[in-house]
Amino acid sequence: MTCVLRRRVWSLVSAILLLSLLSACSSQPATVYEGLGGEPGLAAVVDNLLERMAKDEQIVRYFQDTDITLFREGLTEHLCDVADGPCEYGGDDMKATHRGLNITQADFDRLVQLLIYAMQDEGIPIAVRNDLLKRLAPMYGDVVYQ
Amino acid sequence: MIKSSVDHFIRVVFFPLFLTMVCGFGHADSRIVATGGASNIEGSAGGGVVPWAVINGYGSSDEWAVTGMATGVFVDDFTLKVIGASVSYDNRVELSFARQRLKLDSLGGDLQQDIIGLKYKVVGELLYTTMPQISVGVQYKDVDDFSLPSAVGARDDSGVDYYVAATKVFFDALWGRNVLVNGTVRATKANQGGLLGFGSERNNRYRYMKEASVAVLLTDNLAVGMDYREKPDELDFAGEDDWQDFFIGWFVNKNLSVVLAYADLGSIAGFDDQKGWYLSIEGAL
Repeated sequence: MTCVLRRRVWSLVSAILLLSLLSACSSQPATVYEGLGGEPGLAAVVDNLLERMAKDEQIVRYFQDTDITLFREGLTEHLCDVADGPCEYGGDDMKATHRGLNITQADFDRLVQLLIYAMQDEGIPIAVRNDLLKRLAPMYGDVVYQ
Repeated sequence: MIKSSVDHFIRVVFFPLFLTMVCGFGHADSRIVATGGASNIEGSAGGGVVPWAVINGYGSSDEWAVTGMATGVFVDDFTLKVIGASVSYDNRVELSFARQRLKLDSLGGDLQQDIIGLKYKVVGELLYTTMPQISVGVQYKDVDDFSLPSAVGARDDSGVDYYVAATKVFFDALWGRNVLVNGTVRATKANQGGLLGFGSERNNRYRYMKEASVAVLLTDNLAVGMDYREKPDELDFAGEDDWQDFFIGWFVNKNLSVVLAYADLGSIAGFDDQKGWYLSIEGAL
């Protein structure tokens, strides 16, 4: 029985490897930044996200004392950097910017949800969305319960 | 005795708790769609036949979630119908209940079983940490009528499964799509998941079974994948095979999901080569 399982797992693994090789051939935008639509595309996503955050009770309470113009600049620059765009994020690291806020897992989940909605709204292709999420997900540990 | 304690649990503890969750405390759904998985045939969050490390519903930290499900598995000589419900809190702990009824289409009659499940997330976050989400769980199973299980050589009419599950979502892993991978190890004495009783006349030890699932999220709401569940084969008069299924899951929104699968359950109670369709609907709050 173990042998059967091993054989099936191997056939599954080789199928996935084959599919990955095939997927490498399909054309993709050079960077996530380009996939987001460059500067205007990213700006639209950020504005959409900020509007959603402002309307979300769970999230907006963290921004009572925030200068939104500055926050927008910092967020845009950070996302541009993370997406391999022509920017270098010069702000504080994630751990420092979230210290003392005690952001919960529910807040983080909610923000991820709002970002996904914003990107869907702006017509960002699913592969680009997932690539950006892949780059942002590891920040979880530096953001929550600080 | 055991039977009445299960009924007592359901009547006195589970349903009032369930209703309180729905009506009283309210609920929340901060987690993103599909991260609660489906309800497996034993009532635990997971794939069709495999419990995963995910916690049912879409509740995150300090949030409650409740689910209800109905599942039918229609293979050549049997029909399995399951109804179940679960309550979870804090994206940490999940309490579930399922009632299974296996109709013996060719033999006549049926087999029924209650399953109470408890799952606890130990470490890791499905989407965010390098470490997979790891949960431990128990499933207490209790068969109604022991005459057929006893006739095919089973020892007990109730038993407890223990499992450890590790689940992780890999973003942008295949064609830019997210891929979920789950591995589960289960310690069990259950024959055919418990419907044919627990242990055998000559063997009453736990067996360690490996289970796995892989799913690709083709869109935000549509997943395709497979489950594989290794099974013990302890009964002299009823050979047992591993289970597998290929599924397509449609996560309509955070309140409704539908899973359609084609399942190969192998030999059951002397009937070989049992294959057929699996359909499951889950509602979540």
